[in-house]
Amino acid sequence: MRYLPLTDADRQEMLSVIGSASVDDLFVDVPVQARLPGTIVGLPDHASELAVERHMAKLARQNLSAGEAPFFLGAGAYRHHVPASVDHLIQRGEFLTAYTPYQPEIAQGTLQVLFEFQTQVARLLGCDVANASMYDGSTACWEAIGMARRITKRGKALLSSGLHPHYVSVAKTMAKFTGDALVHEAPKLDAATDIDALVASIDKDTSCVVVQYPDILGRIADLTPLANAAHEAGALLVAVVTEPVALGAIAAPGHMGADIVVGEGQSLGVGLQFGGPYLGLFGCKQKYVRQMPGRLCGETVDAAGQRGFVLTLSTREQHIRREKATSNICTNSGLCALAFSIHMTLLGEKGLRELATLNHALAVEAADRLAKVPGVRLLNDAFFNEFTLILSKDARDVVRNLADRGVLGGVSLGRLFPDAADIGNGLVVAVTETVTAEDVETFAKALEEELA
Amino acid sequence: MTMLKEGRPTAPQAVAEEHVAPATATGNRALMLEEPLIFEIGSADTTGVDFAEVPKVKSRFGNLARKDAIGLPGLSEQETVRHYTRLSRQNYAIDLGLFPLGSCTMKHNPRLNEKVARMPGFADLHPLAPQSTVQGALAVIHELAQWLVTLTGMHSVAMSPKAGAHGELCGLLAIRAALEARGDARSVVLVPESAHGTNPATAAFCGYKVEDIPATPDGRVDLEALKSRLGPDVAAVMITNPNTCGLFERDMKTISDAVHAAGAFVYCDGANFNAIVGRVRPGDLGVDAMHINLHKTFSTPHGGGGPGSGPVVLSQALAPFAPLPFVEKQGDRFVLVEEESVEDHHGGSFGRMVAFHGQMGMFTRALAYILSHGADGLRQVSGDAVLNANYILRSLSDVLDAPFGGSGPCMHEALFSDKGLAEGFTTLDIAKGLIDEGFHPMTMYFPLVVHGAMLVEPTETESKAALDQFIMALRSLAERAKAGDEALKGAPYHAPRRRLDETLAARKPVLVWTEPELAEAAE
Repeated sequence: MRYLPLTDADRQEMLSVIGSASVDDLFVDVPVQARLPGTIVGLPDHASELAVERHMAKLARQNLSAGEAPFFLGAGAYRHHVPASVDHLIQRGEFLTAYTPYQPEIAQGTLQVLFEFQTQVARLLGCDVANASMYDGSTACWEAIGMARRITKRGKALLSSGLHPHYVSVAKTMAKFTGDALVHEAPKLDAATDIDALVASIDKDTSCVVVQYPDILGRIADLTPLANAAHEAGALLVAVVTEPVALGAIAAPGHMGADIVVGEGQSLGVGLQFGGPYLGLFGCKQKYVRQMPGRLCGETVDAAGQRGFVLTLSTREQHIRREKATSNICTNSGLCALAFSIHMTLLGEKGLRELATLNHALAVEAADRLAKVPGVRLLNDAFFNEFTLILSKDARDVVRNLADRGVLGGVSLGRLFPDAADIGNGLVVAVTETVTAEDVETFAKALEEELA
Repeated sequence: MTMLKEGRPTAPQAVAEEHVAPATATGNRALMLEEPLIFEIGSADTTGVDFAEVPKVKSRFGNLARKDAIGLPGLSEQETVRHYTRLSRQNYAIDLGLFPLGSCTMKHNPRLNEKVARMPGFADLHPLAPQSTVQGALAVIHELAQWLVTLTGMHSVAMSPKAGAHGELCGLLAIRAALEARGDARSVVLVPESAHGTNPATAAFCGYKVEDIPATPDGRVDLEALKSRLGPDVAAVMITNPNTCGLFERDMKTISDAVHAAGAFVYCDGANFNAIVGRVRPGDLGVDAMHINLHKTFSTPHGGGGPGSGPVVLSQALAPFAPLPFVEKQGDRFVLVEEESVEDHHGGSFGRMVAFHGQMGMFTRALAYILSHGADGLRQVSGDAVLNANYILRSLSDVLDAPFGGSGPCMHEALFSDKGLAEGFTTLDIAKGLIDEGFHPMTMYFPLVVHGAMLVEPTETESKAALDQFIMALRSLAERAKAGDEALKGAPYHAPRRRLDETLAARKPVLVWTEPELAEAAE
């Protein structure tokens, strides 16, 4: 109980000020039948710092961490090297232990970071504006569909087959309750994206088309025709980016006409963390800013005329508009946004472009090497740092067996799309700057033995 | 001790009053350093990182290579460290002092939790890694889940919601799925006036019509009004308990029984669970679903706005509808139940709420905190949280109006109003005055049921000495506001910024930085 500073003498003194005999007496409003007489049965009592650390370390050792193995997993979460100063800086107590910046005079640190973050994200995505972050990419994607519904007053969203299946699942869950109609099919093992099919499907009921870039199979394609077709029909184009490092090398969705661009910011600064906390990116055109969900930070001046920053346009938000708010979101991912922003500042334009180029070059080398393994075919020619291999066997089994050999060799399409039996031989492989030539060779040899 | 060149110690000399605080050429004030934006000090050619040489390959971008400048300034590592260190010093944080935000619960964040969360065996795991390689991580989720279920006396828990409001969504979706499973289409959710704004927003997001339930004069849900509104169209009632007035809803069990008798479900906003943890189990009060803000009750850092984490405990009636994925223990193995296994034994699930498995990084922190406290410590947590709040309530009720102070103890937070301040003085003035006194202000103007509300939550991790200093400061401010001290209206005077113009920010929103010449041209 080392985190509780009161002594028994303090407690007695305070109780006498209050005029109560005991702490238990302060719970007088709880009906007697609902009060537990002592500590809850079946749970252990407090443990020392050393004991807790030992227990947690033991559990941590039961995992095979990404750094301990040749590692090729992506599909919405990417392993990148995070410079040491990022984690060092986010652990400064003034960042780590601050609350939502409701009192701007003593929260300029967080607010200026959010303003810088918004600008970095808007520029990266090719948007006019960006918000101060959301929970993650998948929930940001759903929020974008909801925003398109509010703007267009239409309730049918076309989801590309290349959209991350978990993002599709999240949207389907929510749509059951909001009544949006979602149109989606699982992908085919085909190098071409479904952009032509999407263009053909847009009609007068379509609120938006949601397309991922690069998509779940690692494919990339020009989104301009899709944006044009959507706009002609009065619909919006929502683009989803799960690997923001890609935008250091390939054209930004906003520059290809996307109205809303959302993404997963985990790649920069945040780390894998077994799925969370992650960082939702959300940008859009200026004209839609008042329909945007989440927190926004804006520039202003103080009573002495000095520049400062505040949370703004809060009339869109739940604490003012309650049931009419643009979303129910209260928390954002402030600390993850800080990590992203610091990492981006360390990189700068030059570093981001180098990082992206390096990722791509290593991925190209790896793709060519792995495609030489007997029983392996490279699906897509155009990609950034992730591509799909078609194996001669079900990739689910191959991935499990590779794990037993100590190789974390990609994500099987069978795991991602359990209902689409015909793509079970697909393996999505990601290669970042953390992968060495030796890792690729180990992976290739293990794959060769597995497919033999 | 500073030394002069001659090696003698320095001592202050008498200085005339007007020379005490001259303006500085830089705008800096010793340790208070002004910091420009990265866009004003960085450049496209500067970087703080080094990469390995890029292998020569023919790129496979098709025709999509990014050609134009992105517009991202870089800083060297040294400049980066300085930039963010300087900015950090313009923030108040729980590590600096008391942060008495009622309804938000800012308590000490132990550093052991940070150390644990950064163990590579937790931090460096991919969410889609083969299950055989992440058994320890699944064990953490399972162990934390067991604690949450036992502490709340509920049937099961959905771990994936990403924050409190996301947890509300989870609870309401489970309720809606349960109603639909029995072919019962209901359209209304009842929300008391004192609820968090997220409650009605969430209900509306789930497609429900929201109706308010009034509060009684003693700050609790009006039981008769609630009972009379219950009917076949009501899907759920959302109640916060302890509520946002800092009071325990004495009639909770009666409310639950009435709601259940009407065929509806009880959602409890568990944001204030730290007031009762180890002493009261919401399951015993008839709650069907409740989110737990891990950052509030179990001390995961809030990081200037997040991340949060909002697991939702569920009653037996709602458990079959819990979202995917979740962790099950099968023999001595842990299994992550995903879509692929759902047909077999979890057909009722309402689906997936988020791409992966929730806030793993928060789970490790919360579990470390829970194990450190243990069952005995958590009971002491609620005891001390309530003791500290009542100490503040009683120590200030002679200078500040406490609207419900007469009706017995409060729970974990003390509520005051602006009644009795001099004409023209508001809660805002007291809050901004607190900034000058070195404290973060309390929650202002919430709950809405009290005029000029000031909601103070000290939490259990404050010492008596810290509380006494805070009481002294707030007492002094209350006295100044009652005496009509005009200087208070200009506060804060000593913060990095004076009062900021929020109206201007909303009227002419500037949300991204633009090069000055471009910004000028646009005007």
